[in-house]
Amino acid sequence: MLNNLLLLIGITLMYSTPLVFGALGGVISERAGVVNIGIEGMMTVGALAGAAVSFFTGNAWLGFIAAGLAGAAFAVLHAVAAVTFKADQNVSGIALNLLGPGIALFAARLFWGGGTQSPSIETLPKILGKGALAGTPWANLNVDVTVIIGIVAAIAVWFVLYRTKWGLRVRAVGEHPAAADTLGINVGRIRFTCVVLSGMFAGFGGASITLAIISQFTQTAVAGQGFIALAAVIFGKWTPHGAYGACLLFGAAQALVIILGGGVVPVPSELLACLPYVLTLVVLVLFVGRSVAPKADGVPYEKGVR
Amino acid sequence: MTRQTQGAAAAQAGMVQRILHRPITATLIAIALGFGVAAALLAAAGYDPGASFAALFEGVFSKPKYVSNTIIKAAPIILTGISVAFAFKTGLFNIGAEGQYIAGAVCAVLVGAKLDLPMPLQIPLVVIAGVAGGALIGAITGALKARFGIHEVITSIMLNWTMLYLNNFVVQSAAYHRPTSTSSIPVNASSFTTILPAWKTSDAGLETLRQVPWLYDFLVKTDVNIAFLVAVLVAVGAWFVLFRSKLGYELRAVGFSRDAAEFAGMPVGRNTLIAMAIAGAIPGLAGALMVTGVEPHSISTLAGFENYGFNGFSVALIAGSSPIGCIFAGLLFGGMIYGGQSVQMAVGAPTDIINIMIGTIVFFVALARVVPLVADLLERRAQKRGARHA
Repeated sequence: MLNNLLLLIGITLMYSTPLVFGALGGVISERAGVVNIGIEGMMTVGALAGAAVSFFTGNAWLGFIAAGLAGAAFAVLHAVAAVTFKADQNVSGIALNLLGPGIALFAARLFWGGGTQSPSIETLPKILGKGALAGTPWANLNVDVTVIIGIVAAIAVWFVLYRTKWGLRVRAVGEHPAAADTLGINVGRIRFTCVVLSGMFAGFGGASITLAIISQFTQTAVAGQGFIALAAVIFGKWTPHGAYGACLLFGAAQALVIILGGGVVPVPSELLACLPYVLTLVVLVLFVGRSVAPKADGVPYEKGVR
Repeated sequence: MTRQTQGAAAAQAGMVQRILHRPITATLIAIALGFGVAAALLAAAGYDPGASFAALFEGVFSKPKYVSNTIIKAAPIILTGISVAFAFKTGLFNIGAEGQYIAGAVCAVLVGAKLDLPMPLQIPLVVIAGVAGGALIGAITGALKARFGIHEVITSIMLNWTMLYLNNFVVQSAAYHRPTSTSSIPVNASSFTTILPAWKTSDAGLETLRQVPWLYDFLVKTDVNIAFLVAVLVAVGAWFVLFRSKLGYELRAVGFSRDAAEFAGMPVGRNTLIAMAIAGAIPGLAGALMVTGVEPHSISTLAGFENYGFNGFSVALIAGSSPIGCIFAGLLFGGMIYGGQSVQMAVGAPTDIINIMIGTIVFFVALARVVPLVADLLERRAQKRGARHA
């Protein structure tokens, strides 16, 4: 019982962490008024950059930082299109989802001799060090260090958004850019910064898959988690704490699938695999309901146009 | 400058203006830029861009068989593209085309593999089953939005994955699993929508076709089926419903301004449901037609998405959400995806270059509205210069 409970907590944290980073990225960008459907692509770029740098330098921390930088650099494309040129944000986000995996797989084939899969790479440490508590049920709680970074990041984003002047400006720009503009806030610069930051977080999210969970880059490393993160943003009503909760719920549902899949209940594994998705919808219908986006989310800001 | 040459220059500038303001121009520029970026990247990685593009075009056009396969590949993404475009026009974001496609394929197999009626009954029943499956998924998405205010993107993402696993469940179920394989049993032959199946299977028919080599290549070596023709009809139908019917007018009004439509007394919630059901039915049709039209006429265990729905997104975007435009955008994509396979074989460059190319095109389509702005800028400069000269 204790073992199962700790296993549940451990897997929940493991599964939710990449989603947390991706969702935080989504929250930052959308609170500033820029829809970010491109999280999936940004995460894939981060997943590759992290794995590649860790592979070539042998240092996973360098890989993690590189993933954030690569995600941010890639997000500049979205920022230029959506903010500078006021393009359709959905279209540019989808372009990033096509470009990200394209570039990542192209690079992977160049790096690792034609295959899209990297060899096993150096990974980030566990919080208590590798092999600590081995053999006891408590070893399940010896989670990857990215779990802690994810929690810290969520608190930091919450603090910045709700307790700092800059965060207030970000929210103002997302709700009513014209009003913010009249007060002398540079709408374009804040939005640009937020989109780039969202790329950085998404990059960390990708790296927390390749550098912690699967310890290599594969074609299916990210496989839709960016979209789940996007769903978590909406589920969490565009707040960092709400999104974090949504990711935890999703991770817990995945953990249940794994634990129940061990033959505890006589349900075909394919039906069990639907559980996280159906559960999310049920929770939405029963407890969450209408989610209202930041008012100016997805609307390019044009000076002088009301 | 004389008055006459000035007049000619102005007329010429006017024409350039008109061309630059056409939406199609921006799209063509985006496509050219897509090829440009891909060429630069190929060159940077040490591959010959010229040879790569040659391989791409040869992979599509050099044999009737290839053209045929391109059209076969294009048909489902034209349909998913129309679905996304239709939803766009009604203010909805149908990221669920992927799941609706799977629903269509699964329902077609559920019905087609067990039922064995005469062809004129069987085909409509199997196809309708697929359409109904997709429409149901769309309707659920629309209902959750209309009734509970749940964003269609979140519902769609969840339903996509649910459908993927339900697909795997059907494949593995006792009633539908084909022993020692990762596929389901195929639908019965009476459901096949392959073109001229009788000719292709009878000796006399094959003999007749051999007389015309290109037709033999086009028809017999591939799974030519009715899907492309149906896709064209659906494109016209979607255009008609959107722009020539009262329903379409109301659906677009809701998409344009929800509040205004509500104020005008239109049933917004019901229209959301109808729009999503229609948008869902079209990928469902695509799924059913792929099962009935293409070997192995069955569904397989999916490890990940096959991207029919997501490619439909790119198609709709390049087509500027015009259902008719989706036909051409879909053919372009079908060609790039199918011909892209030859690039790796010919020059060894990773096929992922095709995804980069498609992504670049979509990215520049997003920037398309910049083109008329640049045109205006050029015009103003020209006017200034003209003023200075005068």
